Amino acid sequence: MPIQEIFFYLFSVIMVTAATLVISVRNPVYSILFLILTFFSAAALWIMLEAEFLGIVLVLVYVGAVMVLFLFVIMMLNINQSRVNEGFVKNLPLGIGVALVMLAEVLMVLWYKSQTGTDTYPLPVPHEQGYSNTAEIGERLFTAYLWPFEIAGIVLLVAIVAAIALSLRHREGVKTQSIPLQVSTEKRDRLEVIDMPVEHVENN
Amino acid sequence: MDAILEFAWLLIRIVLYTLLPLILLVAYYTYAERRVIGAMQARIGPNRIGPWGLFQPFADVIKLLLKEIILPKEANRYLFLIAPILSIAPAFAVWAVVPVGEGMVWADLNAGVIYILALSSMGVYGIILAGWASNSKYALLGAMRSAAQVVSYEIAMGFSLLGVLVLAGSLNLQEIVNAQAGGMLDWYWLPLLPMFAIYIIAGLAETNRAPFDMAEGESEIVAGFHVEYAGAAFAVFFLAEYANMILISALTAIFFFGGWLSPFEGWAFLGDSWLRQSSVFWFMGKLAFFMFNFLWIRATFPRYRYDQVMRLGWKVFIPITMVWVLVAAMFVFNGIVVRGA
Repeated sequence: MPIQEIFFYLFSVIMVTAATLVISVRNPVYSILFLILTFFSAAALWIMLEAEFLGIVLVLVYVGAVMVLFLFVIMMLNINQSRVNEGFVKNLPLGIGVALVMLAEVLMVLWYKSQTGTDTYPLPVPHEQGYSNTAEIGERLFTAYLWPFEIAGIVLLVAIVAAIALSLRHREGVKTQSIPLQVSTEKRDRLEVIDMPVEHVENN
Repeated sequence: MDAILEFAWLLIRIVLYTLLPLILLVAYYTYAERRVIGAMQARIGPNRIGPWGLFQPFADVIKLLLKEIILPKEANRYLFLIAPILSIAPAFAVWAVVPVGEGMVWADLNAGVIYILALSSMGVYGIILAGWASNSKYALLGAMRSAAQVVSYEIAMGFSLLGVLVLAGSLNLQEIVNAQAGGMLDWYWLPLLPMFAIYIIAGLAETNRAPFDMAEGESEIVAGFHVEYAGAAFAVFFLAEYANMILISALTAIFFFGGWLSPFEGWAFLGDSWLRQSSVFWFMGKLAFFMFNFLWIRATFPRYRYDQVMRLGWKVFIPITMVWVLVAAMFVFNGIVVRGA
C-alpha cells in the first residue's frame, strides 16, 4: 500500500471518529476539542490533495479563531448537561428526517457512480514541484471570480455592521471611562501643590 | 526499511539542529533575562551557581523536574495534563518553516506565512484549557483575558504581515528574505515602519509578555492561567512562553530586518570583507537584538490596564495597519519599492 493511502485512511479514520465523538461526548468542552481534531484531520486531507493553502487557512480560521470563541462561550456559560439532553426526544423526529434526507443523497451519489462507472472520475494528476497552489487561487479569485469574491466580502461586512448595530445599545446612567481623556490628562489636572506652613508637634 | 531509517535519521537531525539548540537558547534566555533586568534595576541577579551564575538554568531545570506535579482535586485531570503539551507543540512546530540561513530550513513551504499564523494561533488553546481545567477562579480569569487578547492581536499581527506580503509578493519566507536584498535601507522596516512597530508590540501581546502580561498579572490574579501548575508541567508552560518569544524575534528579523542578509550589502567601499557577506551569523545577531528587546521592554514599562490593551489592539493598531496596507500597495504601484526585489 503506498504511503499516501496509509495516511489518507489514518486521517479519515481520525476525522470520522472525532466527528462522531463531537456529538456523543457529554462534556461540551470535549465536544469542541474533538471538533478541532476533526478540522485538523480535514486540513491534513486537503493538504494531501495539494490544496495546502485551503488546508492551512482552515486551521487558521476555524481552529485559530472560530473554535477559540466557541470554547470561550462554552466556558463562560457553564452549560447544564441535563437541560441539553431534555430536547433530545422532542427534536428526534426532525433529526431522523434530516438524517434520512442526507442518507438518500449519499445513496443517490453512489447509485449515479455505479451507473456511470468510477472510470469517469480520473485520479488527479500530481502537479510538478514548482506549482504554487496559493498563487493559482489568488489569480483565479481576482480575475475569473472577482465579482463573487467582492460581493462575499460586502455581505460579510454588512453582517458585521448588523451584528454590532444589534448589540449596541445606549443605557442611561452608566458610567464609562473616556480613554482619550484619561490619556491626555496632565499633572496639573490631578495634582495640586499646596504651600503649607510647617506644623510643630510637641514631643513629650 | 530504508524509508524507516531515513525517517529516524530525519527525526534525529531535527532534534540535533533545531530542538536542542532551541531548548538551550530558552535556558540561557531565562538566565539572560534575570541578569539583564538585574543590571537595569541595579541588582546583580543570579551569580552563585557556576562562574557568573552560568549554570543557574540547569539548576532551575533540575529543581523543577524533581518537584511533584500537583493535580488539584477538582481539576479535569486529562485536560490539565494536555494543556501544557498543547502550548509547547505549536511553539516548536512553527520552526519547521523558519529559515535561519540561505536554504537552512526544514520545509520550504510556499504558504509559509499562513502556516506560521495558523500554528501560532493554536498556542492559545494551551492557555485556555489550562485555565478551565484548573477549576480555579484566578486561572479562569487569566485564561479568558489571554484568549481575548491573543485573538485580538492576531488580527493586527496578520495585517502587519500583509504589508510584507504586498512588498515581497510571496508567502514563502526565503523569498521574503531574498526580496529584501541590498543592504539595511532595502529591508522592509523602512517602508513599513508603522507595521514594524505594530508587529513588535503585537508580538509582546501575543506572547503574553510585559507590558501586556494580562494572562499572568501577578498583582491582580496571582499568576493567571498557570497558578495551579507545579513542577515539570509548569516548566513546560515556561518553556513555551520563552520559545514563543524567540520565535517572534526570529520572525521580526525575517520579515522586517532581512533575515540572514548583511546590513552592509551595498557598501562597495568595504571591499570583499565578511561584513558584506550574508551569513547565518547576521541572523543570530538580529535574533539576539530582538530577544534583548523583549527584556528591555519588560524592565521599562508598567503593565497596561486590561481595557486599554483591548482598545489599543482594536481601535489603534488594526486601523493603522489597514491604512498602511494601502500605502504599501501605493509604494509598489508607483515603483517606490520594487515588488519582490
